[in-house]
Amino acid sequence: MKRYSAFAIAREGLRQHTGWERAWASPEPKSSYDVIIVGAGGHGLATAYYLGKNFGITNVAILEKGWLGGGNTGRNTTIIRSNYLQDSSAAIYEKARSLYETMSQDLNYNVMFSPRGVMMLAQTQHEIRGYQRTAHANALQGVSTEFIGPEQVKKLVPIINIDGPRYPVLGALWQPRGGTARHDAVAWGYARACSDMGMHVIQKCEVTGIRREGDKVVGVDTNRGAIDCNKLGVVVAGHSGQLADMAGFRLPLESVALQALVSEPIKPCMDVVVMANTVHGYMSQSDKGEMVIGGGTDSFNNFTQRGSFHHIEETVRALVETFPMISRLKMLRQWGGIVDVTGDRSPILSKTPVDGMFVNCGWGTGGFKAIPGSGWGFAELIAKGDSPLCDEFSMFRFREGKFIDESVAAGVAH
Amino acid sequence: MSTRLAKGGRFLDKGKPVTFTFNGKRLKGYEGDTLASALLANGQVMVGRSFKYHRPRGIVASGAEEPNALMNHGAGGTFEPNQRATTTELYDGLQAGSQNHWPNLEFDVGAINAGFSRFLTAGFYYKMFIHPRPLWKHVYEPFIRQSAGLGKAPKEQDADTYEHFNVNVDVLVIGGGIAGLQAALAAGKSGAKVLVIEQTAHWGGRAMVDEPLAEGRIGGAPVDKFVEETRAALEKMPNVSMRLRLMGAGVYDHGYVLGYERLTDHAPTAAGPRHRLWRIRAKRIVTATGAIERPLSFAGNDVPGVMLASAVRDYVVNFGVSVGDRVVVVTNNDSAYLTAIAMKKAGLEVPCILDARPEGGGALMQAAQDLGIPVETGKAIAKVKGTRRVTGVAICVQAGEGAVLKEIACDAVAMSGGWSPVVHLWSHCGGKLTWDTGHAHFRPDVDNPPRDDAGEAFVIPVGTANGAMHIALALEDAEMSGRAAAKAAGHKPKPVATPDVTSPQEAAMEPVWLMPQGAPYELRMKAWLDFQNDVKVSDVQLAAQEGFESVEHAKRYTTLGMATDQGKLSNINGLAILSDALGQPIPQTGTTTFRPPYTPISMGAIAGEARGAVFQPIRRTPMQAWHDAHGADWEPVGHWRRPYAYPRSSESVHDAVMREVKNTRQALGLLDASTLGKIIVKGPDAGRFLDMMYTNMMSTLKVGKCRYGLMCSENGFLTDDGVVARIDEDTWLCHTTSGGADSVHGHMEEWLQTEWWDWKVYTANVTEQYAQIAVVGPNARKVLEKLGGMDVSKEALGFMEWKEGEIAGIPARAFRISFSGELSYEIAVPASQGLAFWEALMEAGAEFGAMPYGTEALHIMRAEKGFIMIGDETDGTVIPQDLGLHWALSKKKDDYLGKRAQERSHMADPTRWKLVGLETVDGAVLPDGAYAVAEGTNANGQRNVQGRVTSTYHSPTLDRGIAMGLVLHGPDRMGEVIEFPGVDGKTYKAKIVDPVFYDKDGEKQNV
Ligand SMILES: Cc1cc2nc3c(=O)[nH]c(=O)nc-3n(C[C@H](O)[C@H](O)[C@H](O)COP(=O)(O)OP(=O)(O)OC[C@H]3O[C@@H](n4cnc5c(N)ncnc54)[C@H](O)[C@@H]3O)c2cc1C
Repeated sequence: MKRYSAFAIAREGLRQHTGWERAWASPEPKSSYDVIIVGAGGHGLATAYYLGKNFGITNVAILEKGWLGGGNTGRNTTIIRSNYLQDSSAAIYEKARSLYETMSQDLNYNVMFSPRGVMMLAQTQHEIRGYQRTAHANALQGVSTEFIGPEQVKKLVPIINIDGPRYPVLGALWQPRGGTARHDAVAWGYARACSDMGMHVIQKCEVTGIRREGDKVVGVDTNRGAIDCNKLGVVVAGHSGQLADMAGFRLPLESVALQALVSEPIKPCMDVVVMANTVHGYMSQSDKGEMVIGGGTDSFNNFTQRGSFHHIEETVRALVETFPMISRLKMLRQWGGIVDVTGDRSPILSKTPVDGMFVNCGWGTGGFKAIPGSGWGFAELIAKGDSPLCDEFSMFRFREGKFIDESVAAGVAH
Repeated sequence: MSTRLAKGGRFLDKGKPVTFTFNGKRLKGYEGDTLASALLANGQVMVGRSFKYHRPRGIVASGAEEPNALMNHGAGGTFEPNQRATTTELYDGLQAGSQNHWPNLEFDVGAINAGFSRFLTAGFYYKMFIHPRPLWKHVYEPFIRQSAGLGKAPKEQDADTYEHFNVNVDVLVIGGGIAGLQAALAAGKSGAKVLVIEQTAHWGGRAMVDEPLAEGRIGGAPVDKFVEETRAALEKMPNVSMRLRLMGAGVYDHGYVLGYERLTDHAPTAAGPRHRLWRIRAKRIVTATGAIERPLSFAGNDVPGVMLASAVRDYVVNFGVSVGDRVVVVTNNDSAYLTAIAMKKAGLEVPCILDARPEGGGALMQAAQDLGIPVETGKAIAKVKGTRRVTGVAICVQAGEGAVLKEIACDAVAMSGGWSPVVHLWSHCGGKLTWDTGHAHFRPDVDNPPRDDAGEAFVIPVGTANGAMHIALALEDAEMSGRAAAKAAGHKPKPVATPDVTSPQEAAMEPVWLMPQGAPYELRMKAWLDFQNDVKVSDVQLAAQEGFESVEHAKRYTTLGMATDQGKLSNINGLAILSDALGQPIPQTGTTTFRPPYTPISMGAIAGEARGAVFQPIRRTPMQAWHDAHGADWEPVGHWRRPYAYPRSSESVHDAVMREVKNTRQALGLLDASTLGKIIVKGPDAGRFLDMMYTNMMSTLKVGKCRYGLMCSENGFLTDDGVVARIDEDTWLCHTTSGGADSVHGHMEEWLQTEWWDWKVYTANVTEQYAQIAVVGPNARKVLEKLGGMDVSKEALGFMEWKEGEIAGIPARAFRISFSGELSYEIAVPASQGLAFWEALMEAGAEFGAMPYGTEALHIMRAEKGFIMIGDETDGTVIPQDLGLHWALSKKKDDYLGKRAQERSHMADPTRWKLVGLETVDGAVLPDGAYAVAEGTNANGQRNVQGRVTSTYHSPTLDRGIAMGLVLHGPDRMGEVIEFPGVDGKTYKAKIVDPVFYDKDGEKQNV
């Protein structure tokens, strides 16, 4: 792999950029691999990357039915934070956040991780108490967060209206080292690194069946033929239910649309990410200058990657209330992704009833921030059979009633 | 120089001059101008800077597709960035400013970037700024952010208002060109309820400019006559509505369409809302949205003065504006000849028409030549000369590599690369596209339309938007589809005669994706695809070289089509370049997804009327005004506001709370409990139903009695609690928490409608029908006896009983229940008499020490008494068993919601944390939400914990900190001291105690 650097850019600039190589190869599938990962979203690619990097397993194929990063990884609002309440969540999200800090250097790809700070507003007494609880929990989990007052909120976000007539801002949970990253770059950077390790990233390759011998997985069927494997990691977000079905078991997941929108770009006016959960909206400003906005999920199940407009109305209304100046900005584009939501809204990283088959799904509305941590843990689970980062996220927890519920501390989970 | 012509300008009212400013300069225009036409009329060709290289940018188009001419407007509360000059109608006093430059438009420091453009290719940012790590956050990113963005951020509160509007129609026609009007006529005559909307201020669309130039006629007359007659006919039909300045913004499932009406943008001093968002339900949607001209990709095609050929003639015909004195026309199709004809007829010079087709064009070419305009076929532009303004073009053969044949001096270039139907609205909801080789464009694939729930197509494209590129075809198509739409909406279709059309046939166009065909790198890196985002032919080719082969990858890697125009000009050209680089046909590459809105719409319009105080209207109890007048400190609870406390002047909120608790315990307190949810459950199966909803047995409750009940979710978690009273044989009244009334009611209905739909039960949420007041304290009975009318003695109304009658002459229902541990009555009266009753209580109670108390006093008193509070002791993960509420879980019932879930292994796990009381060793108040630490760390390196605080207060009654918490093996560890590190850095020590701190035997409440 040719390394990216200022020097390389200078060199190529002087020779009409003829020397740039493909970021990732486009090989034909082999007949067999040690590990097949289904789904080249962020989680699938990160899993493959850490299989190679941490465990030396590189005879790996990542099969993607469309274009890599084209699922929710390429359509999310890129909030990265780890101020979760429950221990198991805080562990995996904080692992991820810390890996984001060095990801650009690690991958030799600028993923533009921007630790600009994430703020979750408290607009009811109940939220204040919930976030104070989270701050206490975070202190013991090694996650640095702080509960701040309304004046400090205003200082960090001058465009906010802290004395709205309806829901004045009473304070906020502030994680200064949270932020955003460039979503496509995360997928591309991992894909490039995986390809460089000799792994096969195979796009336009849809898994249509899962082959097993007895209780053990032996391979997959795809639109490009059958491929054998020893181990199978299924990382397909909203389509996990279908893949589980192919293997003969069920997952406690529902697929719903989550929408987002951006404004036209304007000069920088907001340096942090703000989430307002009482009114259901959140906003940040991209490096391009667009205000990136999201809200809640649609309430009906759906696979169409678009949602209903009334949700957009609700979100925008909430944010116009919180940031009155956006009233005179315009919505440039709205879109939706299909998110996979579990019963407790926490992910599943788990062995399955099929020997050798593992699932990583259920990230729902908030899995972008988890990508490196999830890949790290899931690779360990696949390679070694267990991983402390994944243990609590077993799919069997629902049977036992052992939920990991984050909605507890007043919150949506983007 | 661009300038105003002496004649022409069909939109202008030359009797009405208008004054406006651009970058502080006072300029003149006419009513009917757009900001763009007025700027051109004043010789202002350069109007902005591009996003990345800060290159000079001029007006390119005349409509919604404009990528460059974006302006700041207004000041203060009406300041707004990124307004498209081509769709801004000029008004007197308009203040416009160009964007994205410093210090000014002419000299922009950011233009340094252009000097480095050789290095700043697609993907630059992904490959750069990787080392050293801290510099990205502190240096590079802030710098990149500052130089990105377009207009400035508004600073003040929006001074305008907005509204929403709902409408149902049979047929919605989007687009008021000739096809839209004809389709509307056909649908309207068939009796359908029709709405026709047009985004501009004028009916008739493109044909109004092009057909007169082509000498085309409809029904033997000029096109404007047809448009006027059709419009008039539609206007007369009672079943047809017509609206200008109303854009179809998005098409959603089930025939839902978003319309965006700009009511006062062109007349900002007019009264009323600025924008109106139309939420339209249409049985059929006819998209008559026309087509957009494509630019050509040649070196220097971004220099100000290079424009779409159609725009050049629009400015002449509609606004009487010439974009230059000498305009070179370059094209691959016949339509651009109209521009040459228009210029020539306006007395301007057209030094030559470069037609990339070796054979040139058809009848229109002949017409141009007849006017004496030289035509060079098979020729192309090698390069545009000039930086801030076109000064000339270098000509080459299209088939070659750009060797210059000659240079021609000119001050503008009119280009046409062919036409792309506007398929956005067709595509929003899943309509597929097909590649039309003849016209080299994507048009709707009518066999794969967006479908409704019956599987029928609900969007019907017509006219140019459907690829019907000749007006005769367009009218025919429109008539047929208008009828079909009416039919599908349930009407009997009536045909409308299609008039005779004469208009010259065009010769075949030839796709030209790169000019000249073999342009070398040095030309390709100057041939723009996306003018705003600075994406060039070479960038897309680089993306392909680096493996970004999917059209989505190429788009994201280069930012092609991601600017504010969303690729209206650039997308097709870009994906043609990509396809060529990948050696595959264009349809195989496909398009990116079309997403709403068609053009950007204001957040104000989306938010609508609901802002400020009416954002989410506050629910008020009948006593709200009284509380306000008596100094209530408010706390939001659901959609209600409740008094937190009633601080007196010079008293702190905390002191007020302490006083209220003491007074209630010692004398008499009044609480407005009206917000408590009240749900009537009635019917022969109501008892059975409530036995399922509650963990307790409710069917056996005796009429006249009350019972405290718990509700769990299917997952077994405690979700709500409250007192249930049996009103009569088949009626129960269920009290819920204040925040929970609506969700509990919804929860009941969901079960009734989906699971037990055959049970005879009715529910009604009567929360707001009653005002409810808690009369609490040792003097509670006294005040009620003084008011008189109901026997409230211990014998007549025992603990956990209720009774109906009159108190103080007001019909009342009194519940003898207590959430404080004191003698207490909760009295419900009709909402209309709530205030009167409250005031009567205050007055009569004066001699007994009556004072109102707020929610915080309520909370403290319940905590002193060891009562749990939903939302404090529960958080969605707590089961009744954790809280020592086993007594409320009926063992006699086979089932209730949550029962099975509570039998799962983890629910019965003895290590679940259990409710206890906590007493700080030094009397301090434990911090809210603090965790009790245990020894060591877990496998992920986190500190082990063994419990947490669920609610914590200073108790005035005990004069010390008291708390409740959930602790590992808590009830078995009475007396043990555990540690709670606070985020304030202190560690709090607390003793595990019984959660009931006050009156353990209940002597106070049972008097
Ligand atoms: C609008 C929106 C906003 C969001 N905002 C945030 C946010 O701010 N912060 C945050 O942390 N998270 C956010 N999320 C959530 C986040 O995007 C997801 O949790 C995360 O991207 C999931 O990554 P993934 O790799 O699991 O799934 P995906 O990226 O969806 O990848 C799954 C891949 O599997 C492929 N696949 C499916 N079936 C098959 C098959 N049969 N064969 C082969 N391949 C298959 C798909 O094509 C897809 O590429 C948001 C999501 C949405 C939709």
